Amino acid sequence: MQNLFAPGHRACAGCAMPTTVKLILDAAGPNTVVASPTGCLEVVSTPYPESAWMVPWVHSLFENASAVASGIEVALKRFGKTDINILVIGGDGSTLDIGMGCISGMFDRGHNVKYICYDNEAYMNTGVQRSSSTPYGTSTSTTPSGKASFGNPRPKKDMPAIAVAHKVPYVATASVAYPVDLRNKVKKAIATPGPAYLQVNAPCITGWNFEAGNTVELSRLSVETCLWPLYEYINGELASVKKIRSKKPVEEYLKVQGRYRHLFKSPDGAELIRKIQAIADANVKKFGLVD
Amino acid sequence: MMKVIEGSHAVAHAVMCCRPDVISAYPITPQTHIVEHLSQLVADGKLNTEFLTVDSEFSALSSLVGASVVGARCYSSTTSQGLALMWEVLYNSSGLRLPLVMTVANRALGAPLNIWNDQQDSVGARDSGWIQLYAENVQEAVDMTPQAYKIAEDPDILLPVMVCMDGFILTHVYEPVYLLEQDKVDSYLPPYRPAVVLDTANPKTFGAFVDPSKFTEYRYMQWDAQIRAKQKIVDAALDFQKIFGRYYGGLIDTYHAEDAEIMIVTMGSVIGTIRDCIDSMRAEGIKVGLTKIRSYRPFPAEALQKALKDASVIAVIEKDTTVGNQSALLTDLKAALYNSKLRMPVLGFTAGLGGRDITVTDIRKMVEISSRAKDGVAESDYQFLDLKKELL
Repeated sequence: MQNLFAPGHRACAGCAMPTTVKLILDAAGPNTVVASPTGCLEVVSTPYPESAWMVPWVHSLFENASAVASGIEVALKRFGKTDINILVIGGDGSTLDIGMGCISGMFDRGHNVKYICYDNEAYMNTGVQRSSSTPYGTSTSTTPSGKASFGNPRPKKDMPAIAVAHKVPYVATASVAYPVDLRNKVKKAIATPGPAYLQVNAPCITGWNFEAGNTVELSRLSVETCLWPLYEYINGELASVKKIRSKKPVEEYLKVQGRYRHLFKSPDGAELIRKIQAIADANVKKFGLVD
Repeated sequence: MMKVIEGSHAVAHAVMCCRPDVISAYPITPQTHIVEHLSQLVADGKLNTEFLTVDSEFSALSSLVGASVVGARCYSSTTSQGLALMWEVLYNSSGLRLPLVMTVANRALGAPLNIWNDQQDSVGARDSGWIQLYAENVQEAVDMTPQAYKIAEDPDILLPVMVCMDGFILTHVYEPVYLLEQDKVDSYLPPYRPAVVLDTANPKTFGAFVDPSKFTEYRYMQWDAQIRAKQKIVDAALDFQKIFGRYYGGLIDTYHAEDAEIMIVTMGSVIGTIRDCIDSMRAEGIKVGLTKIRSYRPFPAEALQKALKDASVIAVIEKDTTVGNQSALLTDLKAALYNSKLRMPVLGFTAGLGGRDITVTDIRKMVEISSRAKDGVAESDYQFLDLKKELL
């Protein structure tokens, strides 16, 4: 494996993000430039004068990485360099919330930019605040559980569907627990002309609050409980789905994370778990996850 | 070649002659005619560039950050609310030391919503690290465009430049303009060849995160580059004169300044009216002169100290205010004079907000008030010159 994301960065032990980035860059290869928004990735990888990036990399602001990448793409085209892979790698806050306008513009203009969101389901760099990618019932620092609150009252925003609605030709989900699948999807995204969108499940040890060392296992559980379906949309059509052989109840995924501890303590918890199970069951139905 | 042409079209032609690699813009009145004309030049095959029609002014400037890091010569144009939406990228692009050039078609900032000219928009961005040049007329806006690239791309400077021209008054006026000749622009403005770019053969990290141990030094170097740009702005104007034969001053210019007792200081298109007023007041024996600000950032403190030293009173007129204090140019100027020990009265006049015409009557009124202050009659040292008190 090529090491294009060097060790020595400042990410937490047990963070899925550096592994995710390493896998992405391994698939993309050295002929790649990356734009990243502000966030954990930017902060842990580029404390001046150090950098973990072994490929050209640029950070401008929190919400504009896809606009920056649009400019990179047209400038490289201008200079006749059309064979360079252009990636954006950013977290869910910059992708689903504050950067939404710029991403929509980049998709709409059809830039040959591959946008990869490592999704840890909250604003982790600023201390686990709710994002629109935070799942239903999650306790975060701005949707804390309490006597009058069961945590985040809203479901996750369906960003892949928004990408599909932009007629993005390649849209997929992935998980750090399935590295071969992730690598293949990065390669497919790069091989497809035009924009692509890939959303990768990437557990955050401090925000999700699980036992260190279980990062990959936890991400696998999100897939096996059908809360994180793995699929591809090619030209707007559902093209592939990872089938789940033995579907696990959502409790198995929820009970090992501090962000869902309240569900197992409050009297209303059982009803909330049933609602989260219904989200998983809806995924099974929508994507045909179980034969 | 002289041609009667709309200001926006003349500027678009000047931009074309600078051979931009990437143009990115979003429509906003009164900037639209510039980018529409650039689009037409592309459609007609006259301008070979990458033209991005983006989703916002924020994306316009952000996309140029990406293009500039790759080494492209970049252009955008905006105004007012659009410039305000770019705010975060203004600081970011100058901090990244990217030599972008942008025309600002000066317009009021809402609320209340108003599409007409004043200079509140660019004046509000004075601390963003962008160099700011202000044009008096269309010809100067045209000629400032290659000068802006020359200053921005100087390897000793590497800062973005705004060319500010009054919206409608200059963007939509038809007047005779000498259009730039391509061969002359090519000899004036060499291709942009940055030393460090986003390059897979030589991977570099741009926009790293910098902690308190080094942040001050970054900001200082940016500050220092603006200060050093003063000489570059003067040189760019002189070099331009050698090739094109036109010259408007360096950081500042003066008119009837040599024996002026009353010195008017201002920037932008109101200078045309003021020159006419000075001509007629001089004929009446009033010793009034003009100091014109071409470069508002960097602020020409030393040049102003020199130009104003013999005046008895200074009248600053500008199309902005600093809500909660006096106006921007006025306070900058007073700060520049304080340690120079010059102690003439300095009066400030805000006028022409939201597109209200600054008339000959307004200028004469300002000169009369200033003349009384010269003779020791105390009045408010800052006022809204054309205020309609009956509407308050």
